[in-house]
Amino acid sequence: MTLMKMTRRVVLAAAAASMTFATPSFAAGQVVDSIHFLIPGGAGGGWDGTARGTGEALTKAGLVGTASYENMSGGGGGKAIGYLIENAASNHGTLMVNSTPIVIRSLTGVFPQNFRDLTLVAGTIGDYAAVVVGKDSPINSMTDLIAAYKADPSGTAIGGGSVPGGMDHLVAAMAMEAAGEDPTAFKYIPYDAGGKAMAALLSGEIAALSTGFSEAVDLANAGEVKIIGVTADERVAAYEDAPTMKEQGIDTTFVNWRGFFAAPDLPEEQLVAYQTALTKMYDTPEWEEVRARNGWVNIHNNGDDFRAFLENQEQVIGDLMKKLGFL
Amino acid sequence: MLEGILIGLSTAFSVTNLLMVVGGCLIGTFIGMLPGLGPMSIIAIMIPVAISIGDPSAALILLAGVYYGAIFGGSTSSILINAPGVASTVATSFDGYPLARQGKAGKALTVAAISSFAGGSIGAVLLMIFAPALASVALLFHSAEYFALMVVGLSAIAAFAGTGQVIKALLMTILGVIMATVGEGALFNMPRFTMGLMDLQSGFGFITLAMAMFALPEALYLVLDPSRSKTEGGTNEIKDLRITKAEAKAITPVIGRQSIQGFLIGVLPGAGATIASFLGYAVERNIAPKEEQEQFGKGSVKGLAAPESANNAACTGSFVPLLTLGIPGSGTTAILLGALIALNVSPGPRLMVDQPEIFWAVIISMYLGNVILLILNLPLIPYIAKILAVPRNFLIPFILFFTLMGAYIGQNNSTELLILVGFGICATVLRFADYPLAPLLIGFILGRMLEDNFSRSMQLYDGISFIYERPMTLGLLVLAVILVVLPSYRARRARARAEGVADGD
Repeated sequence: MTLMKMTRRVVLAAAAASMTFATPSFAAGQVVDSIHFLIPGGAGGGWDGTARGTGEALTKAGLVGTASYENMSGGGGGKAIGYLIENAASNHGTLMVNSTPIVIRSLTGVFPQNFRDLTLVAGTIGDYAAVVVGKDSPINSMTDLIAAYKADPSGTAIGGGSVPGGMDHLVAAMAMEAAGEDPTAFKYIPYDAGGKAMAALLSGEIAALSTGFSEAVDLANAGEVKIIGVTADERVAAYEDAPTMKEQGIDTTFVNWRGFFAAPDLPEEQLVAYQTALTKMYDTPEWEEVRARNGWVNIHNNGDDFRAFLENQEQVIGDLMKKLGFL
Repeated sequence: MLEGILIGLSTAFSVTNLLMVVGGCLIGTFIGMLPGLGPMSIIAIMIPVAISIGDPSAALILLAGVYYGAIFGGSTSSILINAPGVASTVATSFDGYPLARQGKAGKALTVAAISSFAGGSIGAVLLMIFAPALASVALLFHSAEYFALMVVGLSAIAAFAGTGQVIKALLMTILGVIMATVGEGALFNMPRFTMGLMDLQSGFGFITLAMAMFALPEALYLVLDPSRSKTEGGTNEIKDLRITKAEAKAITPVIGRQSIQGFLIGVLPGAGATIASFLGYAVERNIAPKEEQEQFGKGSVKGLAAPESANNAACTGSFVPLLTLGIPGSGTTAILLGALIALNVSPGPRLMVDQPEIFWAVIISMYLGNVILLILNLPLIPYIAKILAVPRNFLIPFILFFTLMGAYIGQNNSTELLILVGFGICATVLRFADYPLAPLLIGFILGRMLEDNFSRSMQLYDGISFIYERPMTLGLLVLAVILVVLPSYRARRARARAEGVADGD
């Protein structure tokens, strides 16, 4: 609470930058008094949106009294992780948002810690990955793409919005490997933002683009791209026309999750309270509104399930990165 | 099209939407004046507000108003305290700040306001007429062309290579490019040159560097060299914000050319307002007559009008790929795209057909926004310019406060402050040694994009063959060479002539 009061007092600009949406609680059934969200990146990013959206739903639904937010960027998220671990005792009221990169970046040693050093609260939302091609492309399926690649390996580049060894690259490599190709041989062209990668796809610079499914759905709805493969187990309701990788004989599934972590040695009853609040959140109309607005997919994993999920993902990604020569 | 304009007019002129434009412009202008809060962060802050409105047209008009306002307000800190808060206003400070130092701050702000207005309005007309046609042109640009475009942008440094300064300007540019390599690039999985420091992982922040190169040395310089703090023309002239007839005549063609050129560059996804402003500056300097050329960098109204009209036109231009292709060409339009999707609007080729009222309302609100900004800003200029009449002992802490705050609020990272102060001291030393600092910042801004596009092209073409296999790349590179060589060739020829030696050695 002291922190909230301070935030209101500091200069206008600082207040604007770390905006606090504090809504007084009026509904019965409040589970947690207040949550301080620690966001390891700057304002406006994916982590920022997830934390603020979740906080908005929790407070509006009356499950949490007040929510405050703090952006702490640096070290690809490592600074915030370090901070949470070093100041664990005074941060029992803090939840840090994170996502798949925490697994990838601790594997590559960007930061020395990994998810095991934190208290796992829950994975809350996720997004599948997708491979898309331009609307006028002769390629209509993963089979076509593999055929085009075999015919002209040098001219069939796959682009993505992450660094080599990052998520988009790994998904493309997984698909290539599952299709029986050498995952290290194809050309992966990295772009620093999704928009530029899209422009490159439409201009014909790259043959296909590896991207997030929800982003791909927006573009497919706008009539810009065809989705030729989704990394889900079954077709996703949000866009039934998109075939899965599996149904095309490419045994690849992948979920880019987002979720929340707490400081190490968090007291059990507090952990349970956070998990209860998040679990109850899914049934509220407030959450549904936030979720729909952002196009998120509910993929809920609590505590131990979350740990098993992360360990499995770490294993799969780690093996692939070793094969690709990134580890 | 006429029908569309009518739909747009009736949407934009509703009472709520007019309030949205005015409110958005006001918020944008005032927050935009603070260095460190660029259009991107202001829009990010305003998105929850806009979404809670519910009506997509009104929300988009509000956000667009904030956007223009922020661009408008952003030039103020560049001109008054040499603290460009966004990359696209760096070129504004090249001539705007010297003008302010000469006691012509009011005039400088007026020129900037009028150039911005013209750039934005001409951009809006071009957007309305050519948007669908230009969408396909933007897609002709591959990484190879972007690389070449960045090289053309770098040629803007020629403007700072005055007599005997060529080597110094070049050194500073290279230093800037080197500094851009620090951190985790888009193309490498591993961080580079971070010396194991976690805070350098994402590289140096633009705002930190801009404050360290421009604003901080300026404040330190005022302390260390008090004789300079007496402005050349005396501070009393601040009220003089009229533009003389001769000046108006001089800047009109500049504004016209740069509005069109800026718009076209803005259409290219990823090039945007920054490149447009640097290129606008370089081009205008090159085509100016010799005696005016020397004024560039020392307080030329042309040198101020060029980047201001170009960056505003480019911002409007960046709506072309956003609205017609659904591709965000800049960080700001990426955030706007997010807001559009949240409002259940899918930008793309079908937007004009499916939801014409949104497309046209945005365009009409651009005109409205520009007019309102001009009306809001012109009467305020004398008061804003008075900031400089504040005595030095108060002004310097004020500049320092905004400099430090600007570097801090973007990232909430206190290490940025240490980096700022460290580089600020280095920059002050370099300034005393008469090294131009602007090329360093240009090198830093363009360096990352230069490298990314170059290595992408290398990867796609398995070597550097793209330079001669793609005619547009070759053409742009030749243009860059001309922009660099022509001024020094002209200077040499003039010198040779003066010495009575024949041309063409």
